[in-house]
Amino acid sequence: MKRFLILAPLLMLLSGCSGNWGWYVVDPTTPNGATNLKFLMSGAYNTIIMSLTAILISITLGLLVALPGLSSKRGWRAFNRTYVEIVRAVPILVLILWVYYGLPQLSGITLNVFWAGVLALALSDSAFQAEIFRAGIQSIGKGQYEAAQSISLSYRDTMRYVILPQAIRRILPALGNQLVYMLKMSSLVSVIGMQELTRKANELVVSEYRPLEIYTILVLEYLVLILIVSAGVRWLERRMSAAEA
Amino acid sequence: MTDARSAPPPVISMRNVSKHFDDFQALKDVSLDVAQGERVVVCGPSGSGKSTLIRCINRLESHEAGEIIVDGMTLSDSKDSLEKIRGSVGMVFQQFNLFPHLTVLENLTLGPRRVLGLSEEDAKARAMTYLERVQIPDQAAKFPRHLSGGQQQRVAIARSLCMEPRILLFDEPTSALDPEMIAEVLEVMVELAQSGMTMIVVTHEMGFARRVADKMVFMDKGEIVETGTPDQFFTAPKSQRCATFLEQILNH
Repeated sequence: MKRFLILAPLLMLLSGCSGNWGWYVVDPTTPNGATNLKFLMSGAYNTIIMSLTAILISITLGLLVALPGLSSKRGWRAFNRTYVEIVRAVPILVLILWVYYGLPQLSGITLNVFWAGVLALALSDSAFQAEIFRAGIQSIGKGQYEAAQSISLSYRDTMRYVILPQAIRRILPALGNQLVYMLKMSSLVSVIGMQELTRKANELVVSEYRPLEIYTILVLEYLVLILIVSAGVRWLERRMSAAEA
Repeated sequence: MTDARSAPPPVISMRNVSKHFDDFQALKDVSLDVAQGERVVVCGPSGSGKSTLIRCINRLESHEAGEIIVDGMTLSDSKDSLEKIRGSVGMVFQQFNLFPHLTVLENLTLGPRRVLGLSEEDAKARAMTYLERVQIPDQAAKFPRHLSGGQQQRVAIARSLCMEPRILLFDEPTSALDPEMIAEVLEVMVELAQSGMTMIVVTHEMGFARRVADKMVFMDKGEIVETGTPDQFFTAPKSQRCATFLEQILNH
């Protein structure tokens, strides 16, 4: 029922509207429409791979930035704050352009479109991941650290076996949100020529002059991807709480 | 404050220990010796520094002034000494502090495997030995939240014992328990005391204190006001503060 409510307005757009629509461009029953549809969907692989790679890197980076933020030493905390504040202040699009066009001049390393996009997305997201991890870890009570200390666990083992497993369970919904966010933001990498969903749609619009239909398909493509991710996250949450029951 | 009986050197020795939390002085010039195998019960009104006292012994709190020697080692911030101290001093908390995402068995084997380097099998065997000792081997596969408070606290005691400590600290181990569960935890503690474990217990359970304590310590406002044998302590407290406290706690 809930799902229907989400889809209803889109179905109305697709079916009931007037002759302004030119669905022939993506009509799978015609050879041209089928080719166009296939072309549009062929970007999905890159969108998914790029987003997943970026989120894995940003989670790792986020955790590495979050831990010093929890330190009792001022210098470490300052590092965390500086990183988060600076990275969070840069618009993703600007970061993508900077990494792709600027970084090669600065470092002499030229990244291909894919890795430049992944790096920019991951960097940008890592600041948010760091904040999520910091909040998640801080939500674990002092008693857990003291219990770990009282059996002489090292800092590493305390984090690995006691604190992080509990923190990750708590921040799972937030991590799911970030993956949704990442899938959407990956569309920006189209500006440097990454052949993902949005880029494919743009290219087709240029040759077919049917922006309304093609971008509507694009919207649907993102919607489907994101509904799948949401379902996946919910499944994971259920499985994790079931494991404890 | 030196204990005349202690021919062997004390296993815990605190000398003129002081500690502040901001402006609040939690410990004032505290000195205490505990001999091997001795059972010490610490009591006193809330905020008197009892918990801080025992938390300084395994350095969950650091002290400012004075000296604490545990098992021949002077406590400091060095990583080495921390590891050694915590290896030989176990602690049982008021709120149990079990790891909620791990089963009872995993709670018990984590330390032996990661800290003592036992194999999984050996750690499990050891864990089962101590679960039997606290009389809940049948709960091994459960998660802590499916256990009663009394059972959780007994798991926590078993978790400490799995590290085979020389000294066990108890920080109000029965204060968070429903009355009907206090007995089962105290029973385990009495059994431990009889086995010769060195114990320092912060508690208001005066019946337990009478039964097992070798030495009573009364604290108030961060100071050790009085120490003595249970007999002398309960029948003829030397200080007015202690007498008032005992009156309140025994007559309620």
